[in-house]
Amino acid sequence: MFKLKCDDFLVYDESTGTYSMSADQQVRDEAEKNTWKSAGFTILKDWRLYLMLVPMILVYFLWKYMPMYELTACFKDPTTGDAAGHVNSMSWAGLRYFQMLFTDKQLSPEFWFAFRNTFITAFYGLLFGFPTPIILALFFNEVRSNIVRSIMQVCVYLPKFLSTVIVTSLALILFRGTANGKQSEGIVASIFKAFGADKALIDNGLVFTTQYYRAIYIITDLWEHAGYDSIVFFAAVIAVSPTSYEAAQIDGAGKMAQMRYVVIPSILSTVVIMLIMKIGGLLSVGYEKIYLLLGDGVNGEDNYAVAQVVSTLANQWSGDGNISGGKALGTAAEMLNNLIGMILVLGANAVAKRASNVSLY
Amino acid sequence: MKRKTEKSELIFRIVAYFILIVFALICVYPLIYALSAAFSSSAALNAGKVVIIPVDVQGTAFLSVITDNVFWVNYSNTLFLTFFGTVWALGYSILGAYALSKKRLMARRAFNFFLVFTMWFSAGIVPQYQNYMNTAEVFANIGISDLKWTVVLAMGMNATNIILLRNAFEGVPSEIEEAARIDGATEMQILTKVYIPMSKATIATVALFFGISRWNGYFWAYKVIPSSQSFSWPVQVYIRDYIDKYTTISNSPHQMVDDIEQWDTKYPYAAISAVYSMVVCAVIPILAIYPFIQKYFAKGVNMGGVKE
Repeated sequence: MFKLKCDDFLVYDESTGTYSMSADQQVRDEAEKNTWKSAGFTILKDWRLYLMLVPMILVYFLWKYMPMYELTACFKDPTTGDAAGHVNSMSWAGLRYFQMLFTDKQLSPEFWFAFRNTFITAFYGLLFGFPTPIILALFFNEVRSNIVRSIMQVCVYLPKFLSTVIVTSLALILFRGTANGKQSEGIVASIFKAFGADKALIDNGLVFTTQYYRAIYIITDLWEHAGYDSIVFFAAVIAVSPTSYEAAQIDGAGKMAQMRYVVIPSILSTVVIMLIMKIGGLLSVGYEKIYLLLGDGVNGEDNYAVAQVVSTLANQWSGDGNISGGKALGTAAEMLNNLIGMILVLGANAVAKRASNVSLY
Repeated sequence: MKRKTEKSELIFRIVAYFILIVFALICVYPLIYALSAAFSSSAALNAGKVVIIPVDVQGTAFLSVITDNVFWVNYSNTLFLTFFGTVWALGYSILGAYALSKKRLMARRAFNFFLVFTMWFSAGIVPQYQNYMNTAEVFANIGISDLKWTVVLAMGMNATNIILLRNAFEGVPSEIEEAARIDGATEMQILTKVYIPMSKATIATVALFFGISRWNGYFWAYKVIPSSQSFSWPVQVYIRDYIDKYTTISNSPHQMVDDIEQWDTKYPYAAISAVYSMVVCAVIPILAIYPFIQKYFAKGVNMGGVKE
């Protein structure tokens, strides 16, 4: 049996009693060696090109993928680790912390509350933050003078370039309360008062009240991003050919009809793609701004009622010594959030592909 | 032939102008207010008299910031982080993007996926923090104890920027590369003599994206550099720390309660004026280059939108 199987690549020499390689197999081996050789040679010939990739790969591996390895901390018991919190020094805990997220009487509601808040914050951000840049772009199109439009654009893009620290400190000052009469209230707080906001709330500082926090979060977001986000829509709007407007006008279309039948259809693909991108990023609500508006919550600030999102909760838990395994819990909570976020991104991308043959990634 | 403007068009235009002017004013107003509050007296601020122009002008707040050594140390840290952070990020991004733009690169799709995956999924705040701490530990072991270097090297990655660069490099006609190769140019020469000059606009845009995000970076520098090493803080962290320490506007526990209560007896200006002076100092470099970079940003956004 063995002999039969080996027949095609081995030849048995009767006189010496040894096997040697058949001629066919020698040719085959040579051919195989050559393909490897040629592949090796292209890499060798292009070694400079591959060397160029090395720094980038290294940076991404060390500081983007190593944190993903650190994610295993959510399956490990942080109380067993060393002081520096190295993930390898901890012992495995299985799915205990995920179970706690779903069943723990105190922590589970906190998590789901934060999860819901992430969605709500992102949803409001989308509801107001998405149409505003489009409307601005349509309005910019109405400004005939290039100089006037440029001046306006310089003004509205500007907030985008300010840091979150500066944006939030301006917000804190302009919305500040009187602090029991020691200081004057912020000028925007006065405007809120004129529109009927409660005086007691204003004295506390509007940012810190549950009724106004979300509105302020959205308003500052709009202030920061709406102008800059209009760039991409403005580019789509000015790409509409003037002859389309003329044709519509000759057909007797008023301004609204032109908007409805000329402009909107022309910018629709841009709008759809930007919308899909926004939906993809829905769950990545920034923690920096929330933290800067309300403090990190670890030191006992309690105004997180409607502000708490999953990332701030994770930060809070991991820094809270009273929760046993807070670090693993925080990691688990955020991983769950980010996994759902990733599914959203990929889903949005798949929809975009199907809807418009444009894939973002 | 001049067509008579229709009524609906006129109304729409008036509404457009009105809303745009209001929005533009809202966008610049806080900065104007910051400037005038920095130079107004404590009494005028507390009485709420400052609206647009400075009232009861004083320069002591600004002077106190100008002469504050710690502020300028932190300011120079921000300059350091911005410069080296941008050079570092731009360096490996250009090299990587160039390699990725080549069709002959083996496993090109895998490398692209490696990059793009970081846009889909991030590990989150807790593992990232642990990772930065581990990095700082390793750096300390090899003798780099200044945490600034951790901030420069380990942070500020942006896959979108690399993809922008890659797309720009892909747009360079391959005939030019071949011509250069026949003339005996090496890979590095092709990159520096052909590709970089031909993608200047994109590189400028990406450099500005990196630079601005560095200048404005706060959170991770704050988390990684403890207050015992406040000499390594960037200026954004210093401003926020000052707000928490000396004013009542933030929600953080106020560490310097005595200072806050005795502020008015000690200093001739309001603490908020000092904060505003710092804000002005931190914003001035951005405002100074802003008119020149604005067109690049507009271009960059439109390039980065949709591709592939």
